[in-house]
Amino acid sequence: MLRPATTDELCEAIAAGGPLMLRGGGSKDAIGAPAPGAAILDMRGFAGVVDYDPPELVLTVRAGTPLAEVQALVAREDQMLAFDPFDHAALLGGPAGQATIGGVIAAGVSGPARLSRGAARDHLLGFEGVSGRGEHFVAGAKVVKNVTGYDLSKLLTGSWGRLAAITELTLKVLPAPREQRTLLLRGLSAEDAVAAMARALGSAAEVSAAAHLPAWRGDAITALRLDGFPSSIDARTETLARLLADLETLDAPAGDELWTAVRHAAPLPADKPLWRAIVPAAEAPAFVAATGGERLFDWAGGLVWLASDADPQAIRRAASELGGHATLIRADAAMRAAVPTLHPQPAPLAALEARVRRAFDPNGVFETGRF
Amino acid sequence: MSLTMPEPDARTLARRGEIIAAMRAIVSGEGVIDDVDGLRPYETDALTAYHQLPMVVVLPETTAEVAAVLAWCHANKVKVVPRGAGTSLSGGALPLADGVLLGMARFNRILAIDYADRIAVVQPGVTNLAITRAVEDEGFYYAPDPSSQIACTIGGNVAENSGGVHCLKYGLTTNNVLGVELVTIEGEVIRLGGRGLEPAGLDLLGVVVGSEGLLGVVTEVTVRLLPRPETARALLIGFSSVEGAGQCVADVIAAGIIPAGMEMMDRPAVHAAEAFVQVGYPLDVEALLIVELDGPAAECSHLLGEVEGIARANGAVSVRSSTDDAERAAFWAGRKAAFPAAGRVAPDYLCMDGTIPRRRLPDVLARMRELSDHHGLGVINVFHAGDGNLHPLILYDANQPGQLDAAEAFGADILRLCVEVGGVLTGEHGVGVEKRDLMPVMFSKADLAQQQRVKCAFDPELLLNPGKMFPELHRCAELGRMHVHKGQLPFPDLPRF
Repeated sequence: MLRPATTDELCEAIAAGGPLMLRGGGSKDAIGAPAPGAAILDMRGFAGVVDYDPPELVLTVRAGTPLAEVQALVAREDQMLAFDPFDHAALLGGPAGQATIGGVIAAGVSGPARLSRGAARDHLLGFEGVSGRGEHFVAGAKVVKNVTGYDLSKLLTGSWGRLAAITELTLKVLPAPREQRTLLLRGLSAEDAVAAMARALGSAAEVSAAAHLPAWRGDAITALRLDGFPSSIDARTETLARLLADLETLDAPAGDELWTAVRHAAPLPADKPLWRAIVPAAEAPAFVAATGGERLFDWAGGLVWLASDADPQAIRRAASELGGHATLIRADAAMRAAVPTLHPQPAPLAALEARVRRAFDPNGVFETGRF
Repeated sequence: MSLTMPEPDARTLARRGEIIAAMRAIVSGEGVIDDVDGLRPYETDALTAYHQLPMVVVLPETTAEVAAVLAWCHANKVKVVPRGAGTSLSGGALPLADGVLLGMARFNRILAIDYADRIAVVQPGVTNLAITRAVEDEGFYYAPDPSSQIACTIGGNVAENSGGVHCLKYGLTTNNVLGVELVTIEGEVIRLGGRGLEPAGLDLLGVVVGSEGLLGVVTEVTVRLLPRPETARALLIGFSSVEGAGQCVADVIAAGIIPAGMEMMDRPAVHAAEAFVQVGYPLDVEALLIVELDGPAAECSHLLGEVEGIARANGAVSVRSSTDDAERAAFWAGRKAAFPAAGRVAPDYLCMDGTIPRRRLPDVLARMRELSDHHGLGVINVFHAGDGNLHPLILYDANQPGQLDAAEAFGADILRLCVEVGGVLTGEHGVGVEKRDLMPVMFSKADLAQQQRVKCAFDPELLLNPGKMFPELHRCAELGRMHVHKGQLPFPDLPRF
């Protein structure tokens, strides 16, 4: 285990060669193929807030800072990380509170509000890091609007530690909503739920999150969340009530509980492999019809959490045919060793991706076999 | 002109006839232009200070034609400059004497609109505004709205990651594009992203958006559509000091309000705009703020009250709120006419595009006045105040010897100032040729080398839009070997082109 505390130490550690597995708090250790041959490069030596000026909507923080600390910091200023990141401990087991902001960005973790407010990639403004060449570099900036040079922040987000070790990152933060309200529809089929969510999202009600759970405490529910100023939420509730019959309002604690469950795919059984499939929202019912298994829809259907024993190739084929893809999130080590975690790409795209990875990491220091 | 472009390759110039014949074999009829009169309209984009006739203009109509043109150019080591509508303010579409100009104007069809999933699939030559026009009857729109939206194409928007006055709330192009079909310089057709909300592997789409035509040619774009907000209302607020206006902007955001648009004009800009469009702007103010709020009527009227209170607490000397859409449009008319208004004050102007941390605004404007005196040229300022994106318009007369050079030097000083206070060279117009040589002000050699290695992954022969974005072009093989020690390359004396 390597634990550098300065950029120079990090450059040296990477320049000495790999394979190196970048790790924050280890909350996502159980994702990906086991990589026993890789040395762990612990990034928690880079921790702490560098700069936070709330009215500028910009937060610069070192990558090893715990996510929980960052969220508490911005919450004190009535702000939020709008992409709704979360700790994978709830999904994968292990102690809560270990997830780091660097790990969240490296894994591209976005929650239910991603539907309306953008993903992790949309909120990373810039970063500092060390490439697989052992070279320190900076990309992006510390202001909310910037198009100077290539947008490497997007590329790093969700790259799973295969391009560079991020030491410091700058995030866009936004005001937290004054109030949240969750509205429920009961008893809808997958098809009707997706249609209802599409109608709600196509209206002026500014729905911030939309999910469908076929079995939430014994009931099929479809949930819509409204965020904002109280008078606005009242008006938008009326807009939705005109559009959708039998809307029920959930009280605030029950609403929070529901969205936490959606974020962590909590209602799905833990003893089956868990997949995270991205499909065009309208295709979600067709996808689950093809695969079977227990599931829930987030992002109005655009994200399907699927717990299924079905053949991984069949699941991936179904996703591909509908214009989507599927990531294996939770499975035993034997399955993770046998089934690629990330959805395989068409050959020309895979070749281009490999060239881009080599542009950061020509010697494969970060190629651990995990992905 | 003070700009140096890559030296045209004599061997390529000598092969002009052969290259034109090869293009004609791929694209028929009027899709290949090689006579001087026909080439003339393509010699510049909206950065009109620079012009260069291209070797040949090719206007393909299908993805297969684009792929064939690029594959041929790749095999024959001929440079390619992609172009949309040519509205770039940074010279992104400036042609090369030894290059093919690949115009995408004929890709002008909207291919599919899906209201259930709220997406549109369009060809890159469709104008930004045409997307909104196509979906507005159903109550939808495409959010990014660069001021050139009536003319600029979505393909150009993807290349430049274009913004607009509403991007603090609704994002830039990159936040509103889900997928593209891209043709690589080898002529390979690939899809990045798609109709879903996340890509399968690396977010290559994220790096293609804003890559200024250096990584590939986009032949199809999938964009997100948004439902049109129920209402929109605007406030027109005058301040007797820039500081008051700046503090008002900060306090609005601190109150948890993200307006749809928040624009500031300085005194010279207010006077120029009012003289041009006569919409009743107050002339006795140092700064004018337009704040637009959108959403349900109840939300707009509530927030209008809050913003007005914040404005008065910061010493606003005049506050007007729009009562109908006509009045709201009038508030905007002056701001939207700021560029032509500048054109009435002086024969020419250079539009700059830095972003700064908003808290530095008063300081930056004061320093800019000093620079204005130093360079002997006037400047008027319009400012996307919500996101800190500053558009100083430097006034000059190209017919006066030395004034273009002075204007460029003034502009470079302004951008250095933006970086010095913690900001960036360009917030939404792109680097192009305009800010290319200033890139080292913001990035170290190691930073630029890493960016260029990404370029090499897509285009190892450096054939796509060379001379843009990067101040020095290193051969890719050389970059692969190069180790940058503490930001310094081992060959500091490599020639600049």
